[in-house]
Amino acid sequence: MSEAHAHSVAYVRDAMLPEQAPPPGETGALHWLRANLFSSIPNALLTLIALYFIWSLLAAILPWTLNGIWDAGSLSECREIRNARGIESAACWAVVNERWLQLIFGFYPTDDRLLASMFYSEGLAAAGGAEAVFGPGASSTDRIAFVGQMKAEIGNLAIFFFGYWRPLLALILLVVAVAPILYSSLPRKLLWFSLAFPFVAVFLLWGGTIWGPVLVAAGLVASLLIARVVAPAAGALIGMLAGIVAFLAIFLNPLPFLDLGLFPLLPNVKAVLDAAMPIGLPAIESADFGGFMLAIIIGTSGIVLSLPLGILLALGRQSSMPLIKWICVSFIEVIRGVPLIVWLFTASLLLNYFLPPGTDFDLLLRVIIMVTLFASAYIAEVVRGGLAALPKGQYEAADSLGLDYWKSMRLIVLPQALKISIPAIVNTFIGLFKDTTLVVFIGLRDPLGLTNAIRATGEWNGIYWELYIFVGLMFFVFCFFMSRYSMYLERKLATDRR
Amino acid sequence: MADITDPPRESFRLSQLLYDARYRSLTIQVVAAILIMLVLVELVDNTVTNLAALGKDIGFGFLWTTAGYDINQQLIPFSSQDTHARAALVGILNTLLVAFLGCILATVIGVLAGVLRLSNNWLVARIMTVYVEAMRNTPLLIWILIVFAVMTEATPQPREFREGGSASMLLWESVAISNRGVYIPRPIWGEGSGLVVAIFLASIVGIFALRRYARLRQAKTGQQLPVLWMSVGLFFVPAILAYFVMGRPVTLEYPELGGFNFTGGIQVRNSFIALWLALSLYTSAFIAEIVRAGILAVSKGQTEAAFALGIQPNRTMQLIILPQALRVIVPPLISQYLNLTKNSSLAIAVGYMDVRSTLGGITINQTGRELEGMLLLGLFYLITSLVISAMMNFYNSSVKLKER
Repeated sequence: MSEAHAHSVAYVRDAMLPEQAPPPGETGALHWLRANLFSSIPNALLTLIALYFIWSLLAAILPWTLNGIWDAGSLSECREIRNARGIESAACWAVVNERWLQLIFGFYPTDDRLLASMFYSEGLAAAGGAEAVFGPGASSTDRIAFVGQMKAEIGNLAIFFFGYWRPLLALILLVVAVAPILYSSLPRKLLWFSLAFPFVAVFLLWGGTIWGPVLVAAGLVASLLIARVVAPAAGALIGMLAGIVAFLAIFLNPLPFLDLGLFPLLPNVKAVLDAAMPIGLPAIESADFGGFMLAIIIGTSGIVLSLPLGILLALGRQSSMPLIKWICVSFIEVIRGVPLIVWLFTASLLLNYFLPPGTDFDLLLRVIIMVTLFASAYIAEVVRGGLAALPKGQYEAADSLGLDYWKSMRLIVLPQALKISIPAIVNTFIGLFKDTTLVVFIGLRDPLGLTNAIRATGEWNGIYWELYIFVGLMFFVFCFFMSRYSMYLERKLATDRR
Repeated sequence: MADITDPPRESFRLSQLLYDARYRSLTIQVVAAILIMLVLVELVDNTVTNLAALGKDIGFGFLWTTAGYDINQQLIPFSSQDTHARAALVGILNTLLVAFLGCILATVIGVLAGVLRLSNNWLVARIMTVYVEAMRNTPLLIWILIVFAVMTEATPQPREFREGGSASMLLWESVAISNRGVYIPRPIWGEGSGLVVAIFLASIVGIFALRRYARLRQAKTGQQLPVLWMSVGLFFVPAILAYFVMGRPVTLEYPELGGFNFTGGIQVRNSFIALWLALSLYTSAFIAEIVRAGILAVSKGQTEAAFALGIQPNRTMQLIILPQALRVIVPPLISQYLNLTKNSSLAIAVGYMDVRSTLGGITINQTGRELEGMLLLGLFYLITSLVISAMMNFYNSSVKLKER
């Protein structure tokens, strides 16, 4: 257009003007300072107050942190070192230096045999070889003395990487399993590993023979397969029933009045396989679990299990069937109305009353179930918000396409509703992860429980900031990552604002 | 040509229960009802069997037996000779006290932090961001333990307050912060103080009447009254006048060091302070985010429209922005209050005697009535949260956008 005008109209410029530098005072650090810190007199005052606040905070914290004493055996030793150096305030990081393994793993046993063969072969040879120390005939007092001396010599880092290889490997595999769920750019085949991961993790963490997790996985797959095979031949309903019957036969006794000794299939098959091929790792009791490992185990299982349950509850709450709706509403309101501590106490004090006489299962498992139910009620409310925010036209469009209920939910409604509720879902997960600290009150050794235990010892009595800062920072890292991830996901899924 | 007739009426077939959408929901509900009944019967049966095996029964008679334990913070008189029911009531009042004061402090800090986070002062906004993120991303329990540890281990012992000691009292020798708790003056209600209080309450009613009158007057005549200054005056002047006219009936009893501890005044226990401060700080971070989101939710066009109409900036805030922001802010704010109330059960970490410690703790341990105790405890929390959410629903429906 300008081409055409350039010939006919004299005053149309046909060359671009060169770009000019912005006027002085409108760019650079000075302008930024004036715009953001000293734009008006009250603002300048506020800046000065903030600067004074930061300065006094740093003046209190920085020398204390940086002068910290890393090498001492007790708090009094720390204070002696501090006085000898002539410093007024110094953190006693020695407690973290000495106890960080305990804060992370609780009383989870180390693989001493592996440690000895890798880092302490001379000592092992001097003690008479691995069989003499760790063999079935060796005395336990000798072994404890040997292990104590070995651990003192090889240092915490070696113990961290090799003594605790089982939980560490489980954590690495957790990252691998979670990665394809979090980032869609990774190959989809990895999702199969994500499905298998729970069984791998249970085997790594609790040990025992490999047959337990393998058979549970095989049982689930078999039930599904039977349902899938029967369904095309005999109809969807018969297929589902066949799957349920297979599941009951494998995991429970379908005929409680008829004791054949054959059902449930799983423990019987497991006993046979255990006797024939005892492949596995040393078994470890749940009571030995502790520290951040415990928080991560409870948090991850709670998060993974509560999302599907919460979505189902939210759908149930929206249901047009009054009975289903009523059940879901009362479940959600009762769970949400009562604090988690009360539920945890219920799990530890009362659950045994509600179960058949003689059943007594693991406290950790009970806690995981309780935390899952608790979080699922909150997730349900969050998802309900997303479902309600969706325009009614979407539901109607799905219906008019002839999709049945589950298909319309899966393909049309839930993807959009979940997208809306992502920030709130992640906030619920962060809350759940933070709430894992509450298990300390029913006797599990979470990180805060371990800080109390450490503070109760003679050496570290009276120390608090250092331990709380360490524990707080660990939680902060996890929760902060989760909240940043939710922001990333929000941006990625914001298809309507492009 | 055949007549058009209705299709032949199909008779009901059994398979319609499964494949006909009209009847299927009925089938599903009947199956669900049967399953739920089975589960409930199983649970009740198990409970009865288990209780019988332990030689226990279910009954609430234990509530009227002597408690036999002391409670170190009581809003109503209580001694170890009183009943378990009264102990539970003391605990409930303690829970409500810390929750109420916590909600107030959390709101004050939260609103301040939320507004400052939106400040155009870069430094202040960053400090508030750090505060909010630090609070939101660490467990509440850590904050409770930290405040408690600071209160008990970093504060001076009462004997340090002696002549020549290293500690001194604050606020004109009226408040002492020691490792046994914070001691504050206790008001003594003398003769005639009832009248002062009555006049004070009447002036608060007067403030509301004044505001209403000012609003009606503006609607009728368009003239505005200086409502703020008149309210402040009404708040202070009559009560202070009455105080002096009645001959200063309200006096303060100051805490004084006697022997190894303070006497007089009110002792606010460290457990209470730790729980109160930590709950308030933690919840305030969430409230700050709610306030920030609420203010951001009011579109800029509203402010510009108000300015275009010639409304003053402070009136714009009061008449245009706040009413719209509050509609977004209040529902999540109230659910934060609810969270704070439920989180007050973390009192267990510092030994504050709330309802979980009395009814759900010592009473259960002494009577062995876990089932009944936990049931009552759960009911208390459930009723509290249902009442609060009923209030929230009432508010929601009253401020909802009236759409045509």
